[in-house]
Amino acid sequence: MSAERCPVTDWQTDFDHTDPVYAADAPAIWDELRTTCPVAHSDRFGGMWMPTRHEDVSTIAHDTEHFSSRGVVVSVFEPDVPAPVGYAPPITSDPPFHEIARRLLLPAFSPRAIRPLETTTREFCAELMDDLVMAAADGTSVVDAAQDYAQHIPVRVIAHMLGVPPEDGDRFRGFIHRILETAGQNDEPVAPEDTMVHYILEKIAEHREHPRDDLIGFLLDADIDGEPLTDDHVLGTIALLLLAGIDTTWSAIGASIWHLAQHPEDRRRLVDQPELMTFAVEELLRAYAPVTMARKVSKEVELGGRTLAEGDWVLLPFPSANRDPEFFERPDEVILDREKNRHAAFGLGIHRCLGSNLARMELTVALEEWLRRVPDFELTDADAVRWAGGQVRGPRILPVRLLKEGIA
Amino acid sequence: MRIVFDRDACQGHNRCYLLAPALFDVDDDGYAVLLLDGEVPMALEPTARLATDNCPEYAITLED
Repeated sequence: MSAERCPVTDWQTDFDHTDPVYAADAPAIWDELRTTCPVAHSDRFGGMWMPTRHEDVSTIAHDTEHFSSRGVVVSVFEPDVPAPVGYAPPITSDPPFHEIARRLLLPAFSPRAIRPLETTTREFCAELMDDLVMAAADGTSVVDAAQDYAQHIPVRVIAHMLGVPPEDGDRFRGFIHRILETAGQNDEPVAPEDTMVHYILEKIAEHREHPRDDLIGFLLDADIDGEPLTDDHVLGTIALLLLAGIDTTWSAIGASIWHLAQHPEDRRRLVDQPELMTFAVEELLRAYAPVTMARKVSKEVELGGRTLAEGDWVLLPFPSANRDPEFFERPDEVILDREKNRHAAFGLGIHRCLGSNLARMELTVALEEWLRRVPDFELTDADAVRWAGGQVRGPRILPVRLLKEGIA
Repeated sequence: MRIVFDRDACQGHNRCYLLAPALFDVDDDGYAVLLLDGEVPMALEPTARLATDNCPEYAITLED
């Protein structure tokens, strides 16, 4: 399959979520489509649909009869493990297996399980801020908030949870780039020992030899009806935790810093009223929700006057649902103390993001620690910011200037 | 004011637990547990409204 792609000229009939224009301007594209063509179609990737209204996104997310999760990342390749298990349970699983695989993991990601990680996360963030403030003292006061801060936080937390060395983080980012950001269109050959599968199997073997009390150890000890999980199940779930927890959270932290860099009044409010953070985090998640999921149509179905055929891909742009004026008042404004906010940043229905409590904690702590050290900062150049395309949207290059009073 | 919680609709977003811990706890799997037996004390009515207005799954409803 060639990596050559034609630029999009018509978003209603030929959209491509991996087009650079989409990476830069997705919110404007969603807003336009929502009024002109609320269930858009494209022949790319073998045929795919993109609903943009909250109502349609919610309908699909709650309909597991017509929409299968066996493919959650749109790719030129067909998902090779059939429902109901899929290649990375439970995100790729359908009922009834989905609930079995999910129940297994829920206790490890409940609010009670996540709370003890807050102290460790706060220490990571404080260390990163020390480095950042020191780097900015070179006279330029400029740092990259995405590269030098946001991306390191989920990498370190996930490595900690999985019980692997923090320095493996660079490899995680390589896997993510290859698997998620290029939608299977990457032609570069990968050495077998550099693949994510090889890495995970190596870690599983290490854990089998030296059992440890971490997430990998937890999965190796887990059972379904008295039977240990299959190797493929353990492998797929670890892959999921590695892939799903990193660029998503990185994106949410980066986008929130991007917003605050341009809104001194919001920075001031958060510094003066720290109790506002509970609301602010949800509002930032609403406004800058990073994740668009996907489904495969498993049975022909009508949606918004269109007929979706079996085998078609469907993108589920939760961030577009979060900007629907039929559902939210003043959706394009960030209102830090918004009181009615049924946002869908973590999805809807049975596949609600398993790591939502973890992501919420990381975002909260990342913003608190940043604002504590650097209450004042600004974008050096709005045009220098680069957003990731594909199904996880967030700033990947984010140069900010730490203002003097912040560094002091 | 009465509060009604639909456990089948709850997907464990935990928004009610964050905003209204006086009304909701969570179980070990992260699903909400309503702490009251229906009737909301007057002082907690604004909190109940907040929990309702932030549930993405419409699992919480209020009745006057």
